[in-house]
Amino acid sequence: MNYTERAIINGLQGGFPVCERPFLAAAEQLGLSEETLINGLRCLLDNETLSRFGPMYHAERLGGALSLVAMEIPAADFDRVADQVNAFPEVAHNYARDHALNMWFVLATEKPERKDWILGEIERETGYRAYDMPKLAEYFVGLRLEV
Amino acid sequence: MSALPFDPWFTDPRDLALFEALQEGLPLVSRPYAAMGERVGYTEAEVIGRLREWRASGLIKRLGVIVRHRRLGYRANAMVVWDVPDAEVSRVAGRICQYSFVTLCYRRPRRGSEWHYNLFCMIHGQDRERVESQVRQLIEGCEMTAWPTATLFSTRCFKQRGARYVPAPGTILPKPIQAL
Repeated sequence: MNYTERAIINGLQGGFPVCERPFLAAAEQLGLSEETLINGLRCLLDNETLSRFGPMYHAERLGGALSLVAMEIPAADFDRVADQVNAFPEVAHNYARDHALNMWFVLATEKPERKDWILGEIERETGYRAYDMPKLAEYFVGLRLEV
Repeated sequence: MSALPFDPWFTDPRDLALFEALQEGLPLVSRPYAAMGERVGYTEAEVIGRLREWRASGLIKRLGVIVRHRRLGYRANAMVVWDVPDAEVSRVAGRICQYSFVTLCYRRPRRGSEWHYNLFCMIHGQDRERVESQVRQLIEGCEMTAWPTATLFSTRCFKQRGARYVPAPGTILPKPIQAL
């Protein structure tokens, strides 16, 4: 990873200006030219280092629901269940973790009612229980990775 | 704009179009807000005004790059959980957040005998040993040695993408909370 890419990733996870020439304003902060910043972003998107360059919306404030869901799946059934769960577009990410509850995914739905419906569908299709763990309080959202 | 506490955000169809266009990603041109405005029928100044409002209200939590952390070598992704007495959760969470390696921290419900942990934090690290030492540092530094804890490393990632939302036109959303 080159200097420009590093500067973009470290500098633009925290925010991006909202003004007429935002790339110019951000580039000045990062010690880059506007053109270098735009080209660097294009590369990082093309090579899939970045999943997106844009907004992170507040799901609950949009009237939606966001939850963390855990399931306990026997190893032999894991891939089948993962495929079934991942087929729902509302499943945003899904990780295998080293615990009895070994499948953990984030569910984002437009309407709170739909969350319960999807959880019901997942349980019915997979035959396993889904433990819904919505956040009760958020203390910190500062996911920023340095490279 | 009215100052009522509840007011529909997307009264104008252009707002919804803007909301969706933004989700596709900012155009990589010198004046991206002018380009988005052309697409949805707003002027550049109107786009800037709407985005500032949405950001101040918290509707947009953050604008910027969203990384695929595995692509950056952050493969040791640990979810660290504790069973903390309810009355202590906020205080302890406040201390946990002082550590720069903690990336997210939430309180979540316990789920009976299957899951008795109520405080969750995430540590994204480049190697497992280092993350394990950060967890020890956290437990000692925040005086949490008395509480049951578990560290769940991710072993596989099946799906990693940003959540996408499609709110209905006229969705009722809270008006901006004064930015802190």
